[in-house]
Amino acid sequence: MGPDAAARADTFPKLLIRNAQLYGSRPAMRHKDLGIWQTWTWGQVLEIVRAYAVGLSRLGLKRGETIAIVGANRPKLYWSVMAAQMLGAIPVPVYADAVADELAFVLAHAETRFAAVEDQEQVDKIQSVKERLPKLELMVYDEKRGLRDYNHSQLHAMDDVIDVGRKALADPSIRAWLDGEIATGKGSDPSIILYTSGTTGTSKGVVLTGERSIKAAADTVAFDHLTEKDVALAYLPLAWVGDHYLNYAQGLVAGFCMACPESGDTAMADLREIGPTFYFAPPRTLEVLLTRVMIRMEDAGFVKRKLFHYFIGVARRYGESILNKEPVPFTGRLLYWLGDVLVYGPLKNVLGFSHVRVAYTAGEAIGPELFAFYRSIGLNLKQLYGQTEAFLYVTAQPDGEIYSDTVGPACPNVDIKIADNGEVLFKSPGMFAGYFKDAAKTAEAITPDGYVMTGDAGYFDEKTGHLKIIDRAKDVGRLNDGRLFPPKYIENKLKFYPNIREAVAYGDQRDFVCVMINIDLTAVGSWAERNNVVYGSYQELASHPRVYDMIEKHVAEVNRSLAQDKVMAGAQIKRFLILHKELDADDGELTRTQKVRRSFIAERYAPLIKAFYDGSKEADISTEVTFEDGRKGVISARVKIREMTTEAVASAMGKAA
Amino acid sequence: MRTPGGPDVAVGDVLLSVKAVSLSFGGVKAVNDVSFDIRKGEIRAIIGPNGAGKTSMLNIINGFYHPQEGRITFKGKARSKMRPHEAAHGGIARTFQNVALFKGMSALDNIMVGRTLKMHRGILWQLVRSGPALTEEVEHRHRVEEIIDFLQIQAIRKVQVARLPYGMQKRVELGRALAMEPDLLLLDEPMAGMNMEEKEDMSRFILDVNNHFGTTIALIEHDMGVVMDLSDRVVVLDHGIKIADGTPDEVKTNQVVIDAYLGVAH
Repeated sequence: MGPDAAARADTFPKLLIRNAQLYGSRPAMRHKDLGIWQTWTWGQVLEIVRAYAVGLSRLGLKRGETIAIVGANRPKLYWSVMAAQMLGAIPVPVYADAVADELAFVLAHAETRFAAVEDQEQVDKIQSVKERLPKLELMVYDEKRGLRDYNHSQLHAMDDVIDVGRKALADPSIRAWLDGEIATGKGSDPSIILYTSGTTGTSKGVVLTGERSIKAAADTVAFDHLTEKDVALAYLPLAWVGDHYLNYAQGLVAGFCMACPESGDTAMADLREIGPTFYFAPPRTLEVLLTRVMIRMEDAGFVKRKLFHYFIGVARRYGESILNKEPVPFTGRLLYWLGDVLVYGPLKNVLGFSHVRVAYTAGEAIGPELFAFYRSIGLNLKQLYGQTEAFLYVTAQPDGEIYSDTVGPACPNVDIKIADNGEVLFKSPGMFAGYFKDAAKTAEAITPDGYVMTGDAGYFDEKTGHLKIIDRAKDVGRLNDGRLFPPKYIENKLKFYPNIREAVAYGDQRDFVCVMINIDLTAVGSWAERNNVVYGSYQELASHPRVYDMIEKHVAEVNRSLAQDKVMAGAQIKRFLILHKELDADDGELTRTQKVRRSFIAERYAPLIKAFYDGSKEADISTEVTFEDGRKGVISARVKIREMTTEAVASAMGKAA
Repeated sequence: MRTPGGPDVAVGDVLLSVKAVSLSFGGVKAVNDVSFDIRKGEIRAIIGPNGAGKTSMLNIINGFYHPQEGRITFKGKARSKMRPHEAAHGGIARTFQNVALFKGMSALDNIMVGRTLKMHRGILWQLVRSGPALTEEVEHRHRVEEIIDFLQIQAIRKVQVARLPYGMQKRVELGRALAMEPDLLLLDEPMAGMNMEEKEDMSRFILDVNNHFGTTIALIEHDMGVVMDLSDRVVVLDHGIKIADGTPDEVKTNQVVIDAYLGVAH
């Protein structure tokens, strides 16, 4: 019943009322406060939000106006969103850790007159850029601490605002007025403005409407069979589309409970206490978790360690097949069952995954090993692909059809097209109404026939029918014979090997693909220790023939995996070298966020690039380096280049991982 | 905040005064004829070069050392000899230069220890841990959670103190002192060994404690920048003698103080 009724309620406040009627006494929100989980039912949330809305309107918030929401995941900030929507005002969430400058940009651009903020820190931040925000008049805050001595003419505690509203609501005419306001809200009105993070230029305000948001959420709620009995931990940034979609929109549509962690630092412990049934984590978080587990296992006693590694081996062999409901021999099932009792169960409990039914990861490519690990211990981890303009989902993997290198088929009611240049285009129920105050950019992002351009290049995998995302569309190049050259896709495949720290691929407008590699000193160093390879420096280790042999094996594997894919087969690596120094942000070779600057490196190592394509077996290079104290020096070396044999295009495509 | 024991003192009045106090260990005069006072609600700093007698002074106020001469008046009552536990009962709490926590216990339990003086049920009730003793414990736990929230240490609530970084241990120690709900809080180099960020955090907490709970604070600190920003009044000791007393600005420009810190050519 949930999704159908949801389709009828076309705004979030109307959904809230529906939930209060259907699930009145079920938990809607939890928050750990003073060490104890506090719970609010849907009925209570509706009562609070109504009072809050009246309080805000008393302060002057009107239909169509914007209100900034700044802070961590706390119930009162979510209620601020709901209360604003109830009045027809448009919430504009801002990242809590945004620096004052970014904050000022968003608030000024969105022309907010109001801001609902978490605490003193955010109040201070906004006040520090006040001269850039002439429109800003009033702030309401959640946490009182430290704000006692502030000038309260333009500052109100949320509790007080709610109290004022609650008293006013005793009057039947006010109640009727509020009901009228909620009824006036149309599904086509803007429901929220989410600012993109601005990694690809200036930050843009993505306007989403209530009706479309709810339709999109209703589709995925049905897709993943979410119900009012589910629980999610709201620990992702409030201003990120992921949180607004996965927790807020899906929570309201399905009527499930959203738990807010005690603080950012306690999210891991809170996860364990709450035991969510729906979970999202970016690949980076999953990687950190796994590393932590592995380190702790290395410190464990002998018996435990042996047991752990034995059963992880069992899980690797049978776990995924069992999760995908494929045939598995009886002994395999028995061993896996035993492993679940002894290892996987307790491990999932420690990580807080015991009750997770559906878990998603997205945002960047996930290593097949990492992905397989979580799936093999029985976590139903899947991938999705989406963006703010789509209100998150474009594709998602259905249960039982999971591959580490695809992002799944189009979501229900989503229409995907691949443009001639390889760019992914989509039409979806949740797609955005436009960029706020920027018709020109909106027009740029939408094709004449109504598809949204994602800026990502991808293609549909023939065997699985799933979408594969390869790179940003503008980075994808072509070899001289016209075949596709996706540098980041190749680099990522290489970087999944622990021995390879960084890789830089060249091939755009060249005859074939060549790669420069940085080895990971920790991983390769420990390998060298175990294998009696003596070395004195990074440079010496990097040029060691046995290290070259090892890396060659990795490159060959990558070539094999590229060959399995008709579209990618041309991008197999023909020649590679191991760089004599580590790429470094201080030398301008990496950005401060550790991304390779491909063209800068090409210039800097021009002799190596030349040697790649003129067939030399080695090349001399000397580069200037900057030491941490600012001194400069020169490193010179003779770097060897290895030739690879490329694979023929394979016809069969196996399941990844 | 409740006032444990003794009469109330109005904000701005003298909470504690030290008159002509001298303390010597054998032939060494650690503190020599020092007088100053601490007013209710202020942050009072005691500064001075190494060996100036700062910690001795704190130990005298705390009742740990007993001065051979002089008189100490706390909340209007003069006292000659006072034991540390009497000081604690009287409403004086302190932290130490080298963190003095129960290393094997969790942060939560350490702060809970600070509530011991406020527990009224006898040991038998506590052992049974039901009825009034349980109600009392729940109430104390609530106060402790408020402190944990105040100091933003939720994430380390159940972590064994020995496993915490130094800066965090300092914060837990402050938490334990706060749990006593003291009238006078003595902080012995609260920022020693901290990095810039930890210092900023600690400064914020000290100001918040003073502002939020109205707790009077006396602190010893080496970092001059921190002292000048935090305190309302500063007393400067050198070789056991008081050489200056006044607002941070007055002290900063005082030639005797400058000489004591930088040294003068003789």
